[in-house]
Amino acid sequence: MEKIDVVIVGGGLSGLACAYMLAEHDMQVIVVERGDFPGSKNVTGGRLYLEPIRELAGTMLDGAPFERKVVREKWSLLGEGNSIGIDFTGDKFRQEAHSYTILRAHFDRWLADRLMEKGVFVIPKYRVDSLLWEGENVAGIKAGEEEIYANIVVAADGALSFMAEQAGLKPKMKPKGYAVGIKEVIELPEEKINDRFNVDKDEGCAHLFVGDVTKGLFGGGFLYTNKETISLGIVVGIRAIMEKSPTIEAHTLIDSFKERYEIKRLIEGGVLAEYSAHIIPESGYNGISKLYGNNMLVTGDAAGFALNMGVTVRGMEFAIASGVIAAETIIKAKASGDYSAKTLSYYENRLKESFVLKDLYNNRQMSDFLDNDDFFSYYPKLFPALVEKAMWFGREPKEKLSKTIWEGLKNSGALSMKGLKILYGMKKI
Amino acid sequence: MKVDEKLALDAFKNDKDSHIKIRHDICRSKCKAKFCLFICPGHLYSYDEETDEIKVEYAGCLECGTCRVACIEGAIDWTYPTGGFGVQYRLG
Repeated sequence: MEKIDVVIVGGGLSGLACAYMLAEHDMQVIVVERGDFPGSKNVTGGRLYLEPIRELAGTMLDGAPFERKVVREKWSLLGEGNSIGIDFTGDKFRQEAHSYTILRAHFDRWLADRLMEKGVFVIPKYRVDSLLWEGENVAGIKAGEEEIYANIVVAADGALSFMAEQAGLKPKMKPKGYAVGIKEVIELPEEKINDRFNVDKDEGCAHLFVGDVTKGLFGGGFLYTNKETISLGIVVGIRAIMEKSPTIEAHTLIDSFKERYEIKRLIEGGVLAEYSAHIIPESGYNGISKLYGNNMLVTGDAAGFALNMGVTVRGMEFAIASGVIAAETIIKAKASGDYSAKTLSYYENRLKESFVLKDLYNNRQMSDFLDNDDFFSYYPKLFPALVEKAMWFGREPKEKLSKTIWEGLKNSGALSMKGLKILYGMKKI
Repeated sequence: MKVDEKLALDAFKNDKDSHIKIRHDICRSKCKAKFCLFICPGHLYSYDEETDEIKVEYAGCLECGTCRVACIEGAIDWTYPTGGFGVQYRLG
């Protein structure tokens, strides 16, 4: 039967980036997307870092619908009823195109429209049921009675990747390896956002929160400013919430987060526009699937390319980079006429040379390091409490500042063997 | 705002058949924890005492797949809704 060059399952960033590069090389590409349009099933926190993908993406994102350039980075430890934070801004972040907030339904749709102008077929409302096989080789996809045969199938179908699972490239998903993100997009006038977040027009803020936001569970909160909306949400480890006693209903975490003094004022008068949820790979390097098989490649979230470093969370630029590198691999395979796993292993080698597997590998101990409740309950209580004590003047005479801090640390156990061990462990990350 | 009011703001295209099937025999015989009842961001799962069954309001599903991962007993048979159905994010 007639085979096209490539069929890409999933119109997210990795699939669309892959298709874009293939179209530049005149390959026959079909992207199938189960939603009404690419982006309609996709959710980000979130923001996209541009610098790492500048060369790989080329002109792909020229004119993209970015929301705001992130010039203010904030990070807060939330105790119970108090908090401390870091508020960073820098000229470098304002002058250079470092990272931008985006909304996926707008962003992915824009990229898909660009693809269609290049002659790529993007078929929406198309859910793939299964892979087609020829012996040991993947031969295409099947949706209902429809079949599309292709030399290569790219599994760009997101964190739940049914395609990679069916191909035996991805093991059954375990609660420990994933978190769920729950997000609200809240409308606020542009000027209000500028004022409340102390940024100029088209400039934005990224703010991460740890501690009471997840009631001490693995995870945290996030806030990103868009042009006329705010993306506010929480991320919580699936295993963490399963093991919590007494139980917490996951959907209530975002409500108590919004009730916090630190957040309430920022979103006051805002109108909720959309409520969304998405799963996030949390195992870093150790959670990556097999990346290729005969006639098949796995990209983006489907492969597990996501990295939580506590103070930053990344995924989308890994998706774009892996899509581009998958395209390079496919172009090479077509030139040789060989689509076997052996030829496609080039994909993994190239990823290892790129920031994708380098960053994930360098931070491979991060997920184990963060698998420690102290980061989400103990420290977020300790540090705000110390500051509170230092800042409070009561009726009693004030002791020396150094004594307040020293006693506070000592009594809290932060300087115990266990506490010091954690500090020592930080050199591994 | 209650979670069902939040879901009412989203755009959904409802399929007539559920994309989530529950194996009640497994829920009854193996599952004590019933993670689905509190882990779903849409709070769509409930327990019907009369029929001794877990129920799911599949039409409000945000398609995150959290229940599929959390149901370690394998009682939740979860696929994506048919193409063109389910939640359609306008912002994402």
